[in-house]
Order: sequence, then structure tokens, then C-alpha cells
Amino acid sequence: MRVTFTVNGRRQEADDVWEGESLLYVLRERMGLPGSKNACEQGECGSCTVRLDGVPVCACLVAAGQVQDREVVTVEGLADFAKERDTGAAGPGTDPGAAQRWQPRPAGPATELSPVQQAFVDAGAVQCGFCTPGLLVAADELLERNAQPTDADIREALSGNLCRCTGYEKILDAVRLAAARTGTEA
Amino acid sequence: MGVTRTPTPTTQGSETTGGIGESTLRPDGVLKTTGEFAYASDLWHEDMLWGHTLRSPHAHAEIVSLDVSRALAQPGVYAVLTYDDLPTDVRHYGLEIQDTPVLAHGRVRHHGEPVALVAADHPETARRAAAKIRVEYRQLPVVVDEATATAPDAPLIHEGRTDHHSGHVPHPNVVHRQPIVRGDADAAARRADVIVTGDYEVGMQDQAFLGPESGLAVPAEDGGVDLYIATQWLHADLRQIAPVLGLPEEKVRMTLSGVGGAFGGREDLSMQIHACLLALRTGKPVKMVYNRFESFFGHVHRHPATLHYEHGATRDGKITHMRCRIVLDGGAYASSSPAVVGNASSLSAGPYVIDDVDIEALALYTNNPPCGAMRGFGAVQACFAYEAQMDKLAAALGMDPVEFRRLNAMSQGAVMPTGQVVDSPAPVAELLRRVKAMPMPPEREWESAGGGVDVRALPGGLSNTTHGEGVVRGVGYAVGIKNVGFSEGFDDYSTARVRLEVIAGEPVATVHTAMAEVGQGGVTVHAQIARTELGVTQVTIDPADTRVGSAGSTSASRQTYVTGGAVRHTCQAVRERVLELGRAKLGTHHPAWATAELLLESGKVVTDDGEVLAGLAEVLGDEAIDIEREWRHRPTEPFDLRTGQGRGHVQYSFAAHRAVVDVDTELGLVKVVELACAQDVGKALNPLSVVGQIQGGTTQGLGLAVMEEILVSDRATVRNPSFTDYLIPTILDTPPIPVDVLELADDHAPYGLRGVGEAPTLSSTPAVVAAIRAATGLALRRVPVRPENLTGT
Ligand code: FES
Ligand code: FES
Repeated sequence: MRVTFTVNGRRQEADDVWEGESLLYVLRERMGLPGSKNACEQGECGSCTVRLDGVPVCACLVAAGQVQDREVVTVEGLADFAKERDTGAAGPGTDPGAAQRWQPRPAGPATELSPVQQAFVDAGAVQCGFCTPGLLVAADELLERNAQPTDADIREALSGNLCRCTGYEKILDAVRLAAARTGTEA
Repeated sequence: MGVTRTPTPTTQGSETTGGIGESTLRPDGVLKTTGEFAYASDLWHEDMLWGHTLRSPHAHAEIVSLDVSRALAQPGVYAVLTYDDLPTDVRHYGLEIQDTPVLAHGRVRHHGEPVALVAADHPETARRAAAKIRVEYRQLPVVVDEATATAPDAPLIHEGRTDHHSGHVPHPNVVHRQPIVRGDADAAARRADVIVTGDYEVGMQDQAFLGPESGLAVPAEDGGVDLYIATQWLHADLRQIAPVLGLPEEKVRMTLSGVGGAFGGREDLSMQIHACLLALRTGKPVKMVYNRFESFFGHVHRHPATLHYEHGATRDGKITHMRCRIVLDGGAYASSSPAVVGNASSLSAGPYVIDDVDIEALALYTNNPPCGAMRGFGAVQACFAYEAQMDKLAAALGMDPVEFRRLNAMSQGAVMPTGQVVDSPAPVAELLRRVKAMPMPPEREWESAGGGVDVRALPGGLSNTTHGEGVVRGVGYAVGIKNVGFSEGFDDYSTARVRLEVIAGEPVATVHTAMAEVGQGGVTVHAQIARTELGVTQVTIDPADTRVGSAGSTSASRQTYVTGGAVRHTCQAVRERVLELGRAKLGTHHPAWATAELLLESGKVVTDDGEVLAGLAEVLGDEAIDIEREWRHRPTEPFDLRTGQGRGHVQYSFAAHRAVVDVDTELGLVKVVELACAQDVGKALNPLSVVGQIQGGTTQGLGLAVMEEILVSDRATVRNPSFTDYLIPTILDTPPIPVDVLELADDHAPYGLRGVGEAPTLSSTPAVVAAIRAATGLALRRVPVRPENLTGT
């Protein structure tokens, strides 16, 4: 089947999608967006968290067909998404061609990060980083709802995202840092 | 951050920022937050196929027949391989003992053993084709523990063993046995005023790294193969892969791709050989990615253990002796069981002064899942038992458990059961003092939210099982000892290549090693070391691959020590070369070139008085200095097979924990309120990463204490291979982890550093269980502690 939906601000089409394929598979294997991770395929780890019409969901549990005509934001689009939210202007989105030719590139000073991404780097919340994309999408959504979350709020919002490396302390630090920084700017 | 002693007089690089001792940020941090960092499971190649593994549903069975014709006939399938298709006579591999078949041959020895491989154009096609392979099994009786494995008529897991341990073990189903005898435990026992014994059990823990096993094999025109892979040790993989493929090592070119955690679970091969075989057979790139279910079968686990301990003490609180017997279940293949036995035995007395010991540790071959390396490696199991014993002894003597431990704590100069002298700081009593002195978390925190009850702060959390009724607080302590580096005479070297050149007027260092960055932050530290040693700001870390010499394993808390040591050593050689060049080119310009101690700082050659002699750009000109060097730590020696005596370990590391728990005694639910840690790290090369390692290790210990266990049926099949049924701590299960870092330099180690990663995984588990015992008064001799252990149901 063909599935058409918006990913990170751009219309995308996937052809020959199998019945059982998940949104996660389509993003990773058909659209060249491997940022969302697959660590369980069962909705248990949160590594595949994306926004679907604004709501954080496990992309591994969403059938590809269900996203027809809907909007998806992945970690690859998070910086633009946050920018658009902050400035009210439409971000450039991810060009589908560019996304499909995706190659890792060295991070330069030019790489723009959203506040929550920057805070994860600064706070040491990234070790192996496999949990990071999902945590970032979930944390960004939390801060959108609740600009000054308590620790209990953060724990509740991130309770669906497993991390095996950090013991979560630095992840809490990162979310606190992102909240504090955004608070000062406002 | 405590006392710091610097072991070397050189103050190289103190003016350069971003050097050692600073919390510089990860060079891969940005890519990991944008989603661009390429993990092994993200790799993609034009025309690539997907590989899939058919695995045994039985733990022990004869393969009566195997028919792949229906799978081969399926459209989209390019190859189906079984044992008979293997290209050479080398059909087994293994870290220490080559006993693991690449694909099963006539018999499977554990649930999930690979039987056949499929390559197809879609992962689902490969899966469906694998399901069409017809395998007829005849089930065999299973051996699952010491009694069944060593019974007179026990089936032998590996008949006709000829490995280097087969000659000295008491039974062919014992992989390795290590006794350690020192002093006279019988005589010492007669001096004891109290004697306590205990039987303890540790369940099978999984590494549960988040990034599943994966890699991409690309056939090359020269008949070789390029393998992009998530592993812990590229060169050890290479040594095992190449002979099976029938290729010389230089035709198997390996590059590390992004690794989503490891914790020991990537020491053994998983899909490496399989993907290469499929790629060479089909002539196409083949990607293999395990899902979580398969991952539980794709790597070894932590050895489950039964441990019997006896300790005695005098009335004034001095330990007289210790006897113990530790039985580790190694499962169907050896993996690193022999080394785990070495650790369990040599570290079984814990960080205490005990002159008279009688120790025995062994690992079994059974039909249970193979077990091998996991963070803490043999020391975790022992620590759970000896720390429970310490609390028992203190109680028997009516002493405070921390004071009792401090009274018996080892310090520098102590002698291990192996006879090895601990010749660097061993601040065991100090760590206990520090962790005890940390402020206590508030009581009944759930009430503090303005009269109401915040159930998130209670056992049971949002399940809203209690509002504080039946909730009892407990506090527990534990301390542990872990070795750092590969032991028992292993040639545990590492290699680094460092290039220094001037690019666009700026000196730039490039560090190339084969170190597997699995998340620990080695890449951060290598850049820091290069900055410190070469006085440069810009450092490039080349991808890890097999074009450079071995870096050894990212295991045993050893990489900062050994590959960090190699980077430092090579940088020093580069620095010497810079100074030689400088003397040759500019020596006549200033007498200090010949007379002063010269340093590289902020891109310049300076005297130790800080006078600038030249810029690096001036000294180097167009020349690039490029040096590759190996580096070794002090050698170790094997343990004597009868007495266990020997200088077996490179370095020891120590951590102590205090756990505070609230237990809902009616439902048996535990909320760990706080898990404080004090650890000596010798020198924190990157304090932010050090704390991150300690918190991560602590959390894995918490998981073992109250959550994590691979459950095995009486037919030795795995019952819970999923994150739905195998639970690891979430952010709600994990408490605040305050960390107190002590820095007492080890004069034998680079910069005085001490391996960090594992020690916190040891003491975390017994501290949590001690706290639950304190809250409930129960004996709790097994981990993980389950609700039914607390309610007696
Ligand atoms: S991969 Fe989707 S929740 Fe784990
Ligand atoms: S950083 Fe490795 S899983 Fe979170």
C-alpha cells in the first residue's frame, strides 16, 4: 500500500508498504530517518518515541497505515519543531530527498539544537545515546506542556523511556537545565 | 573532590583547556541528540539483504533432520545456510575455549542456539522463510545445576574436551575450578567467638543494553569482507571470525559502528560470522539486526550463582577466617566462565583483612543459557554474599554494621587471599565513613506535599497501593572490591596511533585507536589526554577499526587505564619528536632548547618556567608526525591451580553504597528512596563522566537487587525474553544517587587513575538488600528480592 503523511514538516510518501509494517519501520527503513530507535518493538522502552499529531507515541506500536494524512515529528525534526514553536515561524523541515540520502556528518558549530537537545549534551545525559532520541521527544513535549516541571513531573513524563546507561540522574539534570534556561529567556 | 596526588612530576598541559580533569563534553554528544549518530542498526547499503537466524526451541536436543528446501524456494530469499555450508574446518569459536559452534551440528545445547541462517530482501521475508525450515529434534535430558551436571550418569555437555582446563577439573561438566587456600582456616576458626554461615543465591541478570546486536557485512572485490559492527573488542572478534570464513585477517576489515551500550554482553560474537557468511555467499551486503526477543538469546548473561559462606569473628570484632564455595552456572558454552571463576574466587573475601581463608569457585557446563561477561564479572555475586555475611556477623556481635566493616577494612599494603599485596590506596574505611556521613533523605516524603499524599513517593507509586500504611523505612550499607584490567597473566596491551600536524595554521592532533566506544566516554577522554600531552586544542578522534593495532576490550573497567595509557604514551612519543624537530630547526635560537625541561602548551613549545620558545606551526611546518605505539601495564601472573596464589590482578577499585528504602510490608513492594555512593577513582579524568558511570553502575545493581532476572523453566528454556517480562529500572524505580568521588592516586596507573565502571555495580545490590532486611527483619538470601519474598506468600 501507499502511505502519505507529513514528517518533520514535509509531505512524505512511502510505497509498497507491507500490512504489518510499523511507523517505526517506515521512518527508519523507507524514509531514511533512523533517528528513532528500535530497542524492543513492544512499546516498553520508548526509544522510538515520536510525536503523532502532537502526541508522544511509540512508533513501533503504530501501524504505518494509521498515520495516513497525519503529522509526525521525529528527533531529526526536533530542533526545527522547537524553533517554529518558539518563533511562531515555519521551520525548514527535513527535505525528503536529503533525508533519504542521509549520511552521518561531523557535528560542527553550525548544528542547531533545540534547548532540550543542548541541555542533554551539556548535562552529560548522553552515554551510549540509544535512549536519547526517544527521551528528547518525550522531554520536549513535557516542557511544552509544563515549562517548570517538578522532579516528580519529570519522572512521570519520562517513565516510559528506558535508559540502561545513565541511572537517569543526568537526564533529570538535563530536563531541569532546559527548563531553567527556557525560564530565564522568557 | 578529596585528596589528589599526582604520580608524575610533569605538569604537561596545565595551561591547555579541555585537558584531563575537566568535564569536557562528548565529541559524539551532538550527533547522538540530533539522531544522526549511526548505530549498527542504522546502517544501510544499496542492494542490501537482511539476515535472519533460526534458533533452537529446545535447550538440549539432537537434530534428527534439517530441510531448508521450502525456505530456499520462497521468492526474495537469496541464501539459506546450515552447518554443512560452512566454508572451512574451523566451525567453532569462543573467547577462551573454542567450543561454540557457528551453527549447530547435530545437537543443540541451549534454548536459542543458532541452527540456520537466511538472507532475503526484506526482514519479514527472511523471518517467514526461516519459519519454513523443517528441523526435526529429538529432545535430550537437560542438566541445569550442580547436582544434575555432576551426577554419575549426567549427559556430558562437551564430550571429549581437550581445552586447557579439561585436565584439572573434577568433572567434564565443570568448565574451570579455582581453589584458594591461605593461612589455616581450621585453626583460625577455633579462635572465633562467633561463627556465621549463610547460603546465598544470585539470579541470572541480563545486560539489557538498549541497542540490539547488529551489523552490516559488505563483500569486497578482493574476496574479503568489510564488517561494520557494534562490539566491545574489534580485534578479538577478528581473531575468531577470519578462520571460520577461511580468510586471512587482513581481508576481514572491521569498523566499529555506533554501539548502544554493552556491559559485557558484546564480548562474545553474536551475528558477526553469520552476516559475513551470508554476504560472502550471496555477494551482496547483508545486514542483521536482532530484535529484543532475539537479543535475549543473542548474548551471554551474568552467571547465576549459589554461594555458601562461613565467617568467624572474635568478640572484639575482628574477622578470624572465611570459608566459601561459589558455584557459577556457565550454561552451555564456556564464553568467559574461566575468568569469571578467577574473579569470583580471588575477590571472594571482599575488601577485608582475612588472613585465613579456604575458597573454592567453579563454573558449570549446563543446558541453561550461556553466561559470561557482565559488568562486575564474578565480583558481583561474591559481594552480595560476603556483604550479607558482614551484616550477620555484626548482628551476632551486637556491633554497628558500618563500624564492624571499618574495623576489618583493608588498606594499602593488605594481602589478598591470593597473596597479592594491594600496593596502591585502598580507602575502604574512608569510603564507608563518607557514605555514612552523607545527609539522609527526608522521611515520609509523600506527606510533604501540603497535607495530601503524593503516591509517586511511595512504594507502588502510581498504582496507588498505599498512602503510607504499613510502610517501613530501612537503611543498609555495603562495600565492594573489583579488579581493573584483564588478569591472570593475560597480555592486556593497547595500541594508539597519534598524528600531529598543522592544518590552516592550527596544530591538530588525530587519535586513532581500535577502542570500542560503547557509551562509556572513552572518546572524550582520549581527546582530553591528547590536549594535555600535546598542548593542542583541536583533537580529531578517528573511527575505531582494525587498521590500527588492538585496543583490547572495553571491559573490566580497563579502557581509560589501558587505551588511555596507550594514547598518553604515544602522545609522549609524538612530543619527543616535536622537541627533536624543534631542536634541529631552532635549537640555535635559544639556549633553553638544550637545557630546560620543555612542554607543549596552548600550541607552543614552552620552558617549564613558561617562556615561549616557538609555536608548533613553526616547529612542524609541513611535516606531520605520525606514531603508533603499544602500551602495557604491569604484568600479572596466573593463579596457582591448587593454592590460588599469584599476583593475578592489575589494580583494585572500591566503592561503597548506602541504600535507603521504604517497604510496603503488606504488599512486599520496595521503593528505593536514595542510593548514595562513595568511590575512589584515583583521578577523575572527566568528572562528569565518572559520576555518570557511577550512577549507571549503581542503577544496574539496583535492578539486580529487586527487579531483574532471566527466568528459566525446568526444561531450561527462557521464560521472559522481552522488556515486558524482564524488567529493568525506569526513571520511577531509580532514586536520587548522590556521589562522593575520592581521588587517591595509584602511582602505577596513568595519571593515578583507577578504573571506574564496575565497582559501583557490586555494592549497590547488597546495600539495597541490607536496607530491605533492616526494614523487614527478613533474612533474604536471594536476589532479586521479589514481593512474595517479603510477604511470605
Ligand atoms: S521500540 Fe518502541 S517502545 Fe521500544
Ligand atoms: S545512554 Fe545508553 S541507554 Fe541511555
